[in-house]
Amino acid sequence: MEKEERSLKTVFRTVTRKLAPDYVNCKSCGRRAVRKVWQENMNICPFCGRYQAMSADQRLSLIFDPGSRQDFNSDAGVRDPLNFPGYSEKAKKLEKKTGLKESAVTAFGRINGIKVVAVVLDTRFFMGSMSSRVGEKVTRAVETADREKLPLIIFAASGGARMQEGIHSLMQMAKTSSAVQEFSENGGLYISCLTHPTTGGVTASFATLGDITLAEPGALIGFAGPRVIEQTIGVKLPKGFQRAEYLHKHGFVDRIVKRQELKEVLYDILKLHEDSRGAFTEDILKGGSR
Amino acid sequence: MIRESLMEVGRINMRMEELRSKGRAEDDQEMLDLSMEKARMLRPCVNLTAEDKVFLARKIERPHIDDFIKALFTDFFEQRGDHLYDDDPAIYGGIARFHGIPVSVVGHRKGHTAEENVAYNFGMAKPEGYRKALRIMDQAEKFGRPIITFIDTPGAFPGIDAEEHGQGEAIARNMARMSSYHVPVISIVTGEGSSGGALALGVCNRLLMLEYAVYSVLSPEGFASILWKDSSRHAEACEIMKLTADDIREAHVADEVIPEPLGGGQENPRRLYGSMDMAIEKNLSALMAMSPGELLRDRRRKFRGMQ
Ligand SMILES: [Zn+2]
Repeated sequence: MEKEERSLKTVFRTVTRKLAPDYVNCKSCGRRAVRKVWQENMNICPFCGRYQAMSADQRLSLIFDPGSRQDFNSDAGVRDPLNFPGYSEKAKKLEKKTGLKESAVTAFGRINGIKVVAVVLDTRFFMGSMSSRVGEKVTRAVETADREKLPLIIFAASGGARMQEGIHSLMQMAKTSSAVQEFSENGGLYISCLTHPTTGGVTASFATLGDITLAEPGALIGFAGPRVIEQTIGVKLPKGFQRAEYLHKHGFVDRIVKRQELKEVLYDILKLHEDSRGAFTEDILKGGSR
Repeated sequence: MIRESLMEVGRINMRMEELRSKGRAEDDQEMLDLSMEKARMLRPCVNLTAEDKVFLARKIERPHIDDFIKALFTDFFEQRGDHLYDDDPAIYGGIARFHGIPVSVVGHRKGHTAEENVAYNFGMAKPEGYRKALRIMDQAEKFGRPIITFIDTPGAFPGIDAEEHGQGEAIARNMARMSSYHVPVISIVTGEGSSGGALALGVCNRLLMLEYAVYSVLSPEGFASILWKDSSRHAEACEIMKLTADDIREAHVADEVIPEPLGGGQENPRRLYGSMDMAIEKNLSALMAMSPGELLRDRRRKFRGMQ
């Protein structure tokens, strides 16, 4: 009898869930809104204004002109160099869930007509952590921008190193930094946009090497995690520590940009650099600086 | 675990030192007994686990950068500070001669006593430290000196001021700039090479590792606490992380492993310095035969190939 009641309840619950609109709860204030409302509001909480993560697809459609996106290296999936227990299985599960083969998505696209190379780290896949493949995709994107003489925009978001790949994860910091350095020496423009959270090995490599550094409101940005710092020094952290606004105040972020303004701000920066070009590049090349 | 044996060896070493300083003939028999006992205690060190090697890599008696600079270089001229904000005692370096050739040498600094370690912040550098290293290395590039770095750190310092001063940027900048030098760069992991704080001094043409040094994405404790939420699974982490010098060479990250005396470098420092001298000499002469452009391309190719 009791059993029957419970199964009826389950059926009822399943049916109502299917009929009810798809709700998403805010991770900050806990209030819920229909998924469509969230999407229309660019994943900014309609109640408290807190920024929630955007998928790579959402991010790229926010900044690219419709129909201009062209992905590359999209089939590169996770490597498992240490044969780490359970790692490949977890990667497969995440691939099924998110449709992503790795956390980095790399694409060509246009921003109000200006062609760029963009990289987005999607936190739904291993928290955007730096794996061998993420490092490789970022490096290839930098090299592609270099080869095609296009501006590079990277949206960083990362929990840090991909522990399951050990030393191979660590080496990606050097690989990506070296690629950015070469791109920079060749006169390439790199706009780094730091989103929530940007930490660890990504903060200590390509994410902090941009010519222009932007950040999203409220994003956590730092090298060491706040908990590690608190445990090490045994002191309560100051309010707003490691948030975008804090880094802006301390001079490591040029501007904090709201999602509503992101595309236009990117366009303005791109346009300023595009217009800078003709003026100097010719002379520098003639001078044979390299 | 070799901890107990090595503690016993430490006691034997002290007693032998005491007897040696007295230089009395009647102690000869005890000396002989002690050296046999020492050999017996060192026997387990023939087969070391990854956890043993982590223990050796962190041992306070292990030779550190001060010892290496004294033993392997002459005319050392220390350079202090980043000339931007402060001097970070966790990084030590300057100009010196190696076999008569002027070189720039820089590395993490650890001490042999608790006081020294506190003074050097256990080799955990702040942005000022990385920028001091960068200043030393940039000058090497300017004046055409080879760069030799010694890596030995539990990681970059996790602190409020370190974050405020751009810990991430400082590490990233070092790697980026090191990748663009036209002079030979040799890095030697001498103890524990943990995380980006180690790699910030490690973008090199040749990476050498002492036999009992380790190199990893994070400390084994940190690794265990992140992956399993349990930092006590340290031993397990040591094995699974593949962080020993042999593992790192197998992963094509290290180019060469420098052999250490049985029980670790501290058991016979002079022999260790001899092996290090030979390894540096060999690699440096090979690199010095390359043109500036080749050196740059060689380093870029090395890290471009990191999978
Ligand atoms: Zn909310």
